[in-house]
Amino acid sequence: MTEKDLLALSIADLQSLLRRREVSAREVISALQERIEAVDGEIGAYLSHDIDAAAKEAEKANVDLPLGGVPVAIKDIINVMGQPCTCGSKILRGYRSTYDATVIQKLRAAGAIPFGKTNLDEFAMGSSTENSAMKLTRNPWDLSRVPGGSSGGSAAAVAANAAFGALGSDTGGSIRQPAALSGVVGFKPTYALIMNAIAGHDAQDSTSLDEPVPDYAAKLGTDLRGVRLGLPREYMIEGIDPQVKAAISAAVKQLNSLGAEIIDVSLPHTDYAVAVYYILATAEASANLARFDGVRYGYRAQNPRDMLDLYGRTREEGFGQEVKRRIILGTYVLSSGYYDAYYLRAQKVRELIRQDFVNAFEKVDALISPTSPVPAFKLGERTADPLQMYLADIFTIAANLAGICGISMPCGFAEMDGQRLPIGLQLLGKPLNEARILQIAHAYEQSTDWHKARPPVDETAKKT
Amino acid sequence: MAANLDFDVGYVARLARINLSEGEAKAFQKQLSDVLKYVEKLRQADVSHVEAAAHALPIFNVFREDKSQDWFTAEQALSNAPRKTNGLFIVPKVVE
Repeated sequence: MTEKDLLALSIADLQSLLRRREVSAREVISALQERIEAVDGEIGAYLSHDIDAAAKEAEKANVDLPLGGVPVAIKDIINVMGQPCTCGSKILRGYRSTYDATVIQKLRAAGAIPFGKTNLDEFAMGSSTENSAMKLTRNPWDLSRVPGGSSGGSAAAVAANAAFGALGSDTGGSIRQPAALSGVVGFKPTYALIMNAIAGHDAQDSTSLDEPVPDYAAKLGTDLRGVRLGLPREYMIEGIDPQVKAAISAAVKQLNSLGAEIIDVSLPHTDYAVAVYYILATAEASANLARFDGVRYGYRAQNPRDMLDLYGRTREEGFGQEVKRRIILGTYVLSSGYYDAYYLRAQKVRELIRQDFVNAFEKVDALISPTSPVPAFKLGERTADPLQMYLADIFTIAANLAGICGISMPCGFAEMDGQRLPIGLQLLGKPLNEARILQIAHAYEQSTDWHKARPPVDETAKKT
Repeated sequence: MAANLDFDVGYVARLARINLSEGEAKAFQKQLSDVLKYVEKLRQADVSHVEAAAHALPIFNVFREDKSQDWFTAEQALSNAPRKTNGLFIVPKVVE
């Protein structure tokens, strides 16, 4: 098997090879390292990768564990002990993690090898990865376009066969939207649950769910008879690219032909989702990012006169534009006199949005929509207008407000300027009903070839 | 909610302890006013019978067992400090 074939393997196929001792975990890491060197200069998916640490872990890998010997790329907002963790921000340049995040502990316990930290919008705030203070990540399908965001580096790495799988994070669509724009599968579990090898309760997180972990692979098969799928009327808005619309219609027909019943449903408060999200998310950001004050870790402004000067300049110089905008907006909506009008009202509208989903899920098992209204947009196209960037998340954001689970999967291509750009199909499922959307996604994938398409990275890499 | 007309980016930035350049202040004032105008649509929603959702799922108080566990050493906690001396974080003088 050539190195290129090895890198194109799914995680499941890679594991078979590892378990049959046809390839060693060490060889896999080396192949990945070479691939990153060959293509990532152009794509910019990775912020750092520590070949020595990964090689050491590969030497002692136990390939019989659920993810034994499988390298996994990690969004650079998740702490991996001893590695940098920039969060895409200048304020954390030079920081080294002193602990493993719970999800990394679980990955390691399952035998996986964290390898490489991937680019993101600063503190995961953005939909194109252009808000990274570190570098630009390009879409492997068309280097003049964004990979989506905020987990753009994770999506681009997988799309370019420069990672077998990657962790992201998704508080408004940050896994699903870049997966759609980069032509890979992106899965967001129920809020506060982390999946399969990584599923379970996080004792360090008081908002984490303490629920038994089911067998997510149990329902996989191809027959969708008896499955009811809802098409939310409100998601068929103007502004959806016609090629996206056509691809989703074709996918709906395909799911129908596999036996699924298609039902029209209504999510009447959809139009409020983006507004609710940007009040709640900015309020949280203003509180969560208060810790970046130049005292205990990270960047500190030079020669501060006093503490106020230290805070003010450290945060001015350390944070990028979008982060500053969100902290300021969040501070405003939480400030005295405005709290009820903004924050409290947004919490209440969020409850209405959650109720929409509860009602819909009484009639259907899952909802179908485009993941993004448009395919990958051009670098720089939306950076001047934050509101336009926020609207990129219009189909993904409500799921986060409702705490439900979702997946984006490849379902076709749009042609733009002579380039093929991937289109993503989104499936949304009830809280803790991951197995159901995985069943539907799997059945769809088994009956189509979209997920097998790979971007023309090798050709462009050769040209330059 | 019409109150956002008095949104003053300089004042809020001071509350948030972020200095802004003149250019940033001007750009943010306009951009965030646009966002505040956009979120005004929430006024149309009827929330008179709704309780605010604090968590996406119904979970309540969370406790852990009250027992000691291994945590950071002082050395680890200080390993990323921008300035430190003798096991302490060093900051500018706070009290004259």
